[in-house]
Amino acid sequence: MVELALPKKSKVGTGKTHPKPEGATNLKTFNVYRWSPDDGENPHIDTYYVNLDDCGPMILDGLIKIKNEIDPGLTFRRSCREGICGSCAMNINGTNTLACTKGMSEVDGDINIYPLPHQPVVKDLVPDLTNFYAQYASIKPWMQTQTPPPPDRERLQSKEDRAKLDGLYECILCACCSTSCPSYWWNSDRFLGPAILLQAYRWLADSRDEFTGERLDNLEDPFRLYRCHTIMNCANTCPKGLNPAKAIAEIKKMMVERQG
Amino acid sequence: MSMRTPLKNVRSLGSAKNGTSHYWHQRVTAIAMIPLFVIAIAYVVSLVGADYDRVRYVLSLPFTSLVLLLLIGAVFYHMKLGLQVVIEDYIHTEGTKMVLLLLNTFFCTIVGLASALAVLKLAFGG
Repeated sequence: MVELALPKKSKVGTGKTHPKPEGATNLKTFNVYRWSPDDGENPHIDTYYVNLDDCGPMILDGLIKIKNEIDPGLTFRRSCREGICGSCAMNINGTNTLACTKGMSEVDGDINIYPLPHQPVVKDLVPDLTNFYAQYASIKPWMQTQTPPPPDRERLQSKEDRAKLDGLYECILCACCSTSCPSYWWNSDRFLGPAILLQAYRWLADSRDEFTGERLDNLEDPFRLYRCHTIMNCANTCPKGLNPAKAIAEIKKMMVERQG
Repeated sequence: MSMRTPLKNVRSLGSAKNGTSHYWHQRVTAIAMIPLFVIAIAYVVSLVGADYDRVRYVLSLPFTSLVLLLLIGAVFYHMKLGLQVVIEDYIHTEGTKMVLLLLNTFFCTIVGLASALAVLKLAFGG
C-alpha cells in the first residue's frame, strides 16, 4: 500500500534557531530541512536569519550566505547559479524550483526549504537521484541512426524540424517536475516520470533520429508511459517554463497513430 | 546494499509493449458515454410520474433497449479500466493487488451483465 503517513524516523521535528545577526534590520527568515545520516536523529527544521542588506537577491544567495557565515554544516548542491545546471533544485515554500532563479522578494514571509519530495535524502537538501539518472540512461538519450553520417558535413535538419525541438531541448534535468508528480511518487520504480518522458520525446521528435519505432516500443508500457494521468504538476512547477505534460501527450498520440 | 546496477532495476522485465489499447478504450468509452447518458437521462426525466406499465413499455422499445445496452457496456467497461488503474497506482503488495484486480474484473462483469440481462428481459417481454 501507499504510505500515507511518514515513517517514524522521517517525522520532522523542530531544530535549532540561530541568533539574528547583530545590528541588521532588514531580515529574512529561512526555515531549512536538516537531516544527517550520521547522528541517527530525525529530520528537523533549523531557522536562520539572513541580513538582506548584505546579501544577493536570490534564495541561493541566502543559502550560500548561511553556509559561509552561520552554519558551514548546511549541505546543498549548487553550481552555475544561473538556472542552467539544475543542481540547486529544491522545494521552496511548497513548490519545486531552482534556488538560484527564485528571488527572495518573490516569497512573502518566511522562506521554507525542503529537499525535492519523495526521493531518498543523502543529507539536508541533497536528494539521491540515482534512480532518476538510471531512468534517463534507459531511454538512450543520444541520436541513433542506421544511416552513417555524411563524410563531409553534419547531419542536416530543416528549420521547421529544428523548431520542433523548441520547448524540449531547454530541459536541464533538474528533476523538479518528476519529484512534483504524485504518479512518480507512488510508482517511480516503474513510471519514467515527466522529465525523462520529455527527454524521450525530444529524441522522438528529432527529424535526424532513425530509431523512433524502437524508442516507442521501449516506452509502450502500462507503467513506463501510461502512469501519467495528466495531473499537470510538472508543467506547473518547471522552473524553465516547459510543459512535460504536453510532451507526454504527444508520445501518447504517436502510440495511437502507429496502431493504424 | 544491492549489487545490481540502477539501470538493471529500471530496465527490469522490459517494456510490456501494451497499454495503448487500454488508454484508447478508456477515452473511447468516455466519449461514448456523453451522448448515451444524455439520452438515458432524458428518458428518465420523461418518465417521471409515469405508471409501471408505461415505464415497462418505454424501456422495452428497441431504441431504448439499444441505448441502455450500449450505456451499460460503456459504463462497466470504463469502470473496469479506470478502477484497474487506481488499484495499480496505489496497491504495491503483489498479492493484494492481484486479488483486487480480479475482484474488480469479476464485479464489473457480473454487475454489467446483470444490468444488461434486466434490459433484455424487458425488451423481450420476459
